[in-house]
Amino acid sequence: MQKLVVIGAGMASGRMLEHMFEADPQAYEVTLFNAEPRGNYNRIMLSPVLSGEKSYEEIVTHDDAWYADNAVTCRFGERITGIDRDRKVVISEKGETPYDKLVIGTGSAPFIIPCPGHDLPGVVAFRDLEDVDAMKTAAGSDGRAVVIGGGLLGLEAAAALRLQGMEVTVLHLMGHLMERQLDEAAGYLLKKDLEGRGITVLTGASTKAIMGEGRVEKVVLEDGTVIPADIVVMAVGIRPSVALGQAAGLEMGRAIKVDAQMVTSDPDVLAVGECVEFDGNLFGLVAPLYDQARVAAKTLLGEDDVFRMRELSTKLKVTGCDLFSAGDFADGEGREDIVFRDPGRGIYKRLVIEDDVVLGAVFYGDTADSNWYFGLIKDKTDISEMRDTLIFGPAYQGGAQVDPMAAVAALPPDAEICGCNGVCKSTITEAIGAGATDLGSLRATTKASASCGTCTGLVEQLLAVTLGEDFRSKEAGICGCTDLTHEEVRRLIKARELKSQTAVWQELGWKTVDGCHVCRPAINFYLLADWPLEYQDDLQSRFINERKHANIQKDGTFSVMPRMWGGITNPAELRAIADAADKYNVPTVKVTGGQRIDLLGVKSEDLPHIWADLNAAGMVSGHAYSKGLRTVKTCVGTDHCRFGTQDSTGLGIKLEKALWGSWTPHKVKLAVSGCPRNCAEATCKDVGVICVDSGYQIGVAGAAGMDVKETERLADVPTEQEAIDLTIAFVQLYRENAKYLDRPYKWVAKVGLDWVKERVVHDLDNRAALIERFAISQSVYQKDPWAEHAATKTDAYTPLSDFRLEAAE
Amino acid sequence: MMTTDWIDVGAFDAIPARGARMVRTPQGCIAVFRTATDEVFALDNACPHKKGPLADGIVHGNKVTCPLHNWVISLETGLAQGADEGAVETYPARVENGRILIEAAFLKRQAAE
Ligand code: SRM
Ligand SMILES: Cc1cc2nc3c(=O)[nH]c(=O)nc-3n(C[C@H](O)[C@H](O)[C@H](O)COP(=O)(O)OP(=O)(O)OC[C@H]3O[C@@H](n4cnc5c(N)ncnc54)[C@H](O)[C@@H]3O)c2cc1C
Ligand code: SF4
Ligand code: FES
Repeated sequence: MQKLVVIGAGMASGRMLEHMFEADPQAYEVTLFNAEPRGNYNRIMLSPVLSGEKSYEEIVTHDDAWYADNAVTCRFGERITGIDRDRKVVISEKGETPYDKLVIGTGSAPFIIPCPGHDLPGVVAFRDLEDVDAMKTAAGSDGRAVVIGGGLLGLEAAAALRLQGMEVTVLHLMGHLMERQLDEAAGYLLKKDLEGRGITVLTGASTKAIMGEGRVEKVVLEDGTVIPADIVVMAVGIRPSVALGQAAGLEMGRAIKVDAQMVTSDPDVLAVGECVEFDGNLFGLVAPLYDQARVAAKTLLGEDDVFRMRELSTKLKVTGCDLFSAGDFADGEGREDIVFRDPGRGIYKRLVIEDDVVLGAVFYGDTADSNWYFGLIKDKTDISEMRDTLIFGPAYQGGAQVDPMAAVAALPPDAEICGCNGVCKSTITEAIGAGATDLGSLRATTKASASCGTCTGLVEQLLAVTLGEDFRSKEAGICGCTDLTHEEVRRLIKARELKSQTAVWQELGWKTVDGCHVCRPAINFYLLADWPLEYQDDLQSRFINERKHANIQKDGTFSVMPRMWGGITNPAELRAIADAADKYNVPTVKVTGGQRIDLLGVKSEDLPHIWADLNAAGMVSGHAYSKGLRTVKTCVGTDHCRFGTQDSTGLGIKLEKALWGSWTPHKVKLAVSGCPRNCAEATCKDVGVICVDSGYQIGVAGAAGMDVKETERLADVPTEQEAIDLTIAFVQLYRENAKYLDRPYKWVAKVGLDWVKERVVHDLDNRAALIERFAISQSVYQKDPWAEHAATKTDAYTPLSDFRLEAAE
Repeated sequence: MMTTDWIDVGAFDAIPARGARMVRTPQGCIAVFRTATDEVFALDNACPHKKGPLADGIVHGNKVTCPLHNWVISLETGLAQGADEGAVETYPARVENGRILIEAAFLKRQAAE
């Protein structure tokens, strides 16, 4: 087999390999080098990873299984240092690797302004996962960030860091933001929007120096302004990574020159991505790179294809910031403008027209029709007929109805929907016809909306237009009642101090009168977690298990499971359980996986009575039904075991007594093992403690349900009190921040363990504040619901009336 | 001639807003719902899917979500919503002087399980 070596596992080369394997899996034996210690991922989604809206795992485009299936030899974390074209080998620290064909896909490197202090620790770029991790680590709860550069990248970084809770200042050299994509008016609206989010924007700001003792402390501007900073993000531009090509003597312009088949001056060497120059053009967006990838794959397989430049459009990936620009919108001789402004709603639209053809478009605040206009630009459509109503969009052309869906319905079949992947409307509607009826399968078959995601709304509208009633949006908001995501709603509840469900529905524009079974339990939890003293828990917004404090069974009966603190019980409790089982004819008595006893098959109307009996023997609800603390499993520890190092049973009981009754985003399970033999299986729990001679190892974010994952070490602490403190602080941080129904391992994957450590382990004041807020919440919620319901709510468990006897007469 | 077309099944206040209670009959149970706007509805208490107890569901708008597998049932028509297909029997219900009245038919027409 021919040997293909690829340098760089980037957006372009990854797509190229996909096309190639799809067409002919046997053509080449591929070796893939990447300087980053990982394979291909969707680089453009690093912004949501930085903001915590997505986890790194969610943006991986090719996983280990994919490489294995295609027999790709992965050399990740290995940088190529030279190419010897005469001997046809590439050179790395580990030696030489021969090739028959070589593809260079080394991308770009961020440009760092060489001002004094640019090399201080704390100055980061925004290009890869390492940069994101560095920023997240620095994003302390009240940290300050300065972002240099008010272009796409800089603004995405700024918005994400703001979401992480940092105080953010953007420094932009030019007179208005994103000057390459926006005109001044749109730049102004964008600035206002960002300022509304609490981001400070300084335009015309020239950086003179970055200063600090040993790490970044402040940024000094040419005009003498001093801005304190804990991190400085440089996002001022990129430079093609072309050193390899240059040293190898390939023909160069500003980057490696390629022809329309993506071949360099050496017929056996191809190049794709941001490291190439084609016809005098450089590249910085993925759409043309994907075209290059397609062409390069064809060239490698000996087929004909031609790369052509096409019009590009830009969108900003900042949630809630609608912005679009395309084409050329500079003023010029013979050019005319059509402008629409609605300052009240923050809407601005501008079209630049020459000779009855649209040359450029800028939209701010309302980008719903942008694809239609983009089509006019690309196709150079003659607009003289519709000029009068052009600015109002496609819904006004040809007398069609003004309906949000009309714009999508009116798009011609060849209108481009997904700019990144160059997917047009007809490709999508055909895929829908062929059975791709949700976003996931459409992404898999057409790649539409699979890259930057800004066209997700449009693709969903197409699904809705094509499928009608059959389509239900799965991705966007919490549920059909709102387009807002869980994270956005949580943030708005805190920021706008919304303290009732009605306030949430009203202020955040719910589309239904009173929510649904998906959003109500989530909103109820967010409100009670954020405002424990002000908000009144709403039983009617809880799933039946939490409303009736028992697990519903498939036949409508319930199960009853009292707490057994740390798995310890005694003859009196066992007798009371046995008596209850007899008295209420419980069909099944089972020892659970959580070290306690389950009584299954109890009738609704018996629940308050069986609880009262168990209460009388000193037992309380085990919350086996709740999104709250479940069990704390323990082992026998120093009490009996010859290996025990600390009192694991005692600590388990203390933890369960501290945490029981608290409501959490999803259920929470703990375990404490007396030594690393780990008989309590603590290393797969939400919080797991392993006792060792020197103290306690606290692990968090484990899982052993639908996913299995070992805990990650939060900290090692010498005393039992610290072990308890850390656990409580962790649980409270989880309560305040996680999305409803995310177990801790999912949440930690999104925010990053370092972010958690910063707040729980390192910042002692913050730890104390978390513990204090948990105590306030427990003052309200740590009560036995069984006792309460048995005393005051027995009615709710019985029928309203019973006509069985009357009718029998 | 029947003198009572409507049967008193209990006090309106005994059902919380966005809540339900069940009423036993010889042939099975019906669920009586009260919405956020204080309307009442009576339906068979057996989801068309696998007979889940609808009275234990979450009530939203004029709909209830079954507690077992989340089918959404219209309280007005008894029809399963969205892609799911099926229906439960509904019975006319109203509130008078703080009491819930259901048309007597529910006692007889109740489908046997
Ligand atoms: C009773 C018990 C099984 C047993 O007989 O041992 C049980 C029973 C149920 N589990 Fe479990 N789980 C039980 C231990 C576990 C364990 C093992 C453990 O805790 O040590 C796990 C794996 C660890 C974990 O939590 O991830 C476990 C992972 C799950 C999951 C998957 C959770 C996940 O995040 O992946 C679910 C589904 C869910 O919660 O969404 C689940 C859901 C359920 C539900 C509540 C299903 C439901 O919604 O109706 C079951 C209720 C049965 C019933 O009718 O009462 N159960 N379940 C165990 C109760 C333990 C206790 O004393 O409280
Ligand atoms: C945060 C962010 C947001 C973005 N958002 C968008 C967006 O919304 N829309 C859009 O169109 N574009 C966006 N972009 C730009 C887009 O990501 C790039 O255009 C694209 O990734 C370039 O692809 P590439 O394959 O050329 O290079 P890359 O994806 O950068 O891959 C190059 C790879 O080569 C490796 N490499 C370099 N030198 C060597 C060597 N000597 N040996 C081995 N490996 C080497 C690098 O480590 C890197 O992994 C964004 C970029 C960033 C950073
Ligand atoms: S594994 Fe858990 S959820 Fe599944 S059947 Fe058993 S108890 Fe039920
Ligand atoms: S029984 Fe109602 S949804 Fe399955």
